[in-house]
Amino acid sequence: MSEFVFLYRITEASRRDAMGTPERAQQSMQRWLAWMQQLESKGHLKDRGQPLELGGKVVRGAQKTVTDGPYAEAKDLVAGFTIIQARDVNEAVELSHGCPILDGGGSVEVRPVMKMNP
Amino acid sequence: MDLNEHLFRHESSRMVAALTRIFGVHNLALAEDVVQDAFCRALEVWKVRGVPENPSAWLMLTAKNRAIDIVRRERTARTFAPELGRALDAEWAIASVVDEAFAAHTIRDGQLRMMFSCCHPQLKEEVQVALVLNILCGFGAHEVASAFLAGRAAIEKRIARGKKTLAGAKRLFDLADDEFIARLSAVRRALYLLFNEGYHGASAESAVRVELCREAIRLTLLLLDYPPAATPETHALAALMCLHAARLPARVDASGDLNPLLDQDRSRWDAELTAQGLAYLDRSATGRDLTAYHVEAGIAATHAAAPSVADTDWSSIVWLYDRLMAIAGSPIVALNRAIAIGERDGPARGLEELRAIADRDRLDRYPFYPAAMGELELRRGNRDAAREHFSAALALARNPNERRFLTKRLDTCKLS
Repeated sequence: MSEFVFLYRITEASRRDAMGTPERAQQSMQRWLAWMQQLESKGHLKDRGQPLELGGKVVRGAQKTVTDGPYAEAKDLVAGFTIIQARDVNEAVELSHGCPILDGGGSVEVRPVMKMNP
Repeated sequence: MDLNEHLFRHESSRMVAALTRIFGVHNLALAEDVVQDAFCRALEVWKVRGVPENPSAWLMLTAKNRAIDIVRRERTARTFAPELGRALDAEWAIASVVDEAFAAHTIRDGQLRMMFSCCHPQLKEEVQVALVLNILCGFGAHEVASAFLAGRAAIEKRIARGKKTLAGAKRLFDLADDEFIARLSAVRRALYLLFNEGYHGASAESAVRVELCREAIRLTLLLLDYPPAATPETHALAALMCLHAARLPARVDASGDLNPLLDQDRSRWDAELTAQGLAYLDRSATGRDLTAYHVEAGIAATHAAAPSVADTDWSSIVWLYDRLMAIAGSPIVALNRAIAIGERDGPARGLEELRAIADRDRLDRYPFYPAAMGELELRRGNRDAAREHFSAALALARNPNERRFLTKRLDTCKLS
C-alpha cells in the first residue's frame, strides 16, 4: 500500500456554485459524506485531512515579502486535502473519481507521498 | 452522523430571523450573506472533517461570530436594527445583544415577525408566497420557480421586488401591533395558498409538491406555537392541511400518475397525520365563527372518516359545500359541490348541478370541469358523451400529469 494526497482544488465560481441554495449545499454535502464514508469503509482513508481557508499570506524570497494570498495570482485554490491509501497511482486516481468536487468544476490533484525507504 | 434532511433550509430561516433582529430588516441582504457564508464554511469543513455532533448549533455559532465581527467592524458606518436603540454602541454589550438575538424564543418571534412582514398588504399574494418560500423555507429562486412552474428570471424578479418592499420598511412587523389580527389572516391565506400549490400545484415533481405541503404545515405549526396566533381559525387551517396531506401518499399511483380521491387506496392514507388533523379540528371548534378553513377541514374529515367511497357521508359533504358556497363561494367550490351531489343523488342530479353553476364561464379553461361531466356521463352509461367531455378536458390539460390522467380516463370510455 502506498499513500497519496488528494488536493482539492476549487475556483471561486465552483465554490459559489456548490453552495447555490441551502438545499443544493446540503445535497453537495451529502455526496461528500457518502464518498468519504465509502473510502473509510474500504480502508482507503488514512487521514481525513483538513479544509483550508482560501485566504492567507504568501511569504516570498530572501526579503520575506508578505502578500495577501494566494488568491490574487491563482485561478484555482487548494481548499483542503485528504491522505489516501491505495495500491498504486492508478487505484488512487480511480478512487478520486467519486469525489463530488468534480461535479462542480473543481479538481482533485492526486500526489503520491514520497517514500522514506524507496 | 447523518444530517437532518432539510437542516440547511430550516436553519436558514432561523438564522435570517436572528440576524435581522441584529442588523435590522433594511440589512436583509447582509443577513442573507452571513447565512450563505455560514453554509459555505459548513460545507467546506464538514465535508472533510465530518458533520459535528450538533450541526445546528455549529451553524448558529458560526453566524453569531460573524455577526459580532460585522457589528464591531461596521457599527460606525452602518445603522443596525432600530429596535436595539443604542445597545450596540458599547463594545462590551455586543456579544450579549447577539446572544439574545440567537435565543430560541427570540428566533421564533423573529420568524413570526418575518412571516407577518412578508404578508404585507402592499404585496400581491403571489409575491407573499414567493417571499415566504424564499426567506422562511430557504427555497432558492430556482426551487421556487420549479414549484410554481414559472421561469427562474420571473421568480427572481418577484422575490427581489418583494424584498425591496420588505427592506424599505423601517422594521419588521410588530407582533403587538393593532393590525395583528388582520395581518394574521393574510398570513393564513398565504400559507393556505402555499399548501394548495403543493397539493394541487402544477409542478410535475411530486417530491417538490410534498415539500411545499410540509413547509406550509411547519409554518402553520409555528403560528400555533404562538398563543395570540393560535386562534380557532388557525387550528382549522392546520386541521385541513394535515387531513389533506394525509392523503398525499395515495394521491399518485405506482407509476406516478394522479389518482383522484374516489379511486384512492385508503389504506395508504397517513393515519398519524389524519389523527393530528382531527385533533386540530377538535380544537378549532370553539368560538362562533365558522370559517372557510373550518368547512374545508370538515369536508376532509368526513372523507377521512369513511372507509370507502360508498360509505362516505355524502349528505354531510353536500351540506358543508353549501356552507362553503355561502362563506367563500367560487366556481371551483360549486364544481366540487356538484360532484358531491352526484354521489349523493346520482349522476343525473350531479350533471344538472354542473350545468347550473352560476359563473361557469370562469371554468372555461379548467380541465376538471369537462372531466367531471365526463365522469358523471360515464357513470350514466353515456360513453359517447363521456368521451367528448374527456377529449375537451384533455385539450385543456395544463401539465403532463393532467395529460396522462385525462388520457387514461379517455381510454376508459373506449374500453368499457
